[in-house]
Amino acid sequence: MTLLLAVLALVCLVPAVAAVLVRNLIHSALLFVLAWLGLAVFYLAVGAEFIAFAHALVYVGGVSMVVLFAVLLTRPGRVDPLPPPSTQRAIGGVAAVALVASMLGSSIFWTRLPSMEPIPMVSLRRLGELLAGPYLVALLLVGLILTVALIGGLLLAAPRRPSEGGDA
Amino acid sequence: MSPLHVCLALSAALFCTGLVAVLVRGNAILVLLGVELMLNAANLNFIAFWRFGPGGGEVGLVFVLFSIAVAAAEAAVGMALVIAVHRHLRTIRVAAANRLKG
Repeated sequence: MTLLLAVLALVCLVPAVAAVLVRNLIHSALLFVLAWLGLAVFYLAVGAEFIAFAHALVYVGGVSMVVLFAVLLTRPGRVDPLPPPSTQRAIGGVAAVALVASMLGSSIFWTRLPSMEPIPMVSLRRLGELLAGPYLVALLLVGLILTVALIGGLLLAAPRRPSEGGDA
Repeated sequence: MSPLHVCLALSAALFCTGLVAVLVRGNAILVLLGVELMLNAANLNFIAFWRFGPGGGEVGLVFVLFSIAVAAAEAAVGMALVIAVHRHLRTIRVAAANRLKG
């Protein structure tokens, strides 16, 4: 179990690291898709089946499309008004992240976590009952948030017509 | 090494990768993707403690579902903002978008 999870973790982590390091933005977006797929497989191995499929559907199917469209719609112009990013800033960022990583890693590996038996999986029926029962209000609110976010995204991204005047 | 350790280590590594994307890369799309990666790391922690933790019911599982939905909404709004910034400034470098008016 542990070995399988470790291998899957590597499969998930390698594309994620590569995506951050690659210069080409489209390659980076595609590598992110690979990383999300790996994470979905990891969820499947851990036992959260519904979450795995929901994650694959939302990220690999939805967010990746949004990202690819955004990459294609925002091709850089001929002249970039800014100087290239400084290496000093990059070194500072990497140092900050190394500090965070060392803190997280030491706290994870030096903590004696209780070795519990994995709890039994939750059936889809139980999950549905939970969502339709105690979490109904939260579910409706999430639907509302998604609707508002979609309308807001449309309003933000839609081009303004000069004839309309003002910034409606 | 227990499975919980592996899950937490992967989560921490994903979080740090996302943090690198946010802090080092100057591209707005990559910054947003880094934020998504950090959200994924948080989701993985919920899943790990739901499955291998001391057992607190199915709350972790339900929370991850809501978290995924909110992350999708965040991605949609974020990408719309990136496109709007690109229309105004002709670039999506974060360092260029340093004025609110424009």
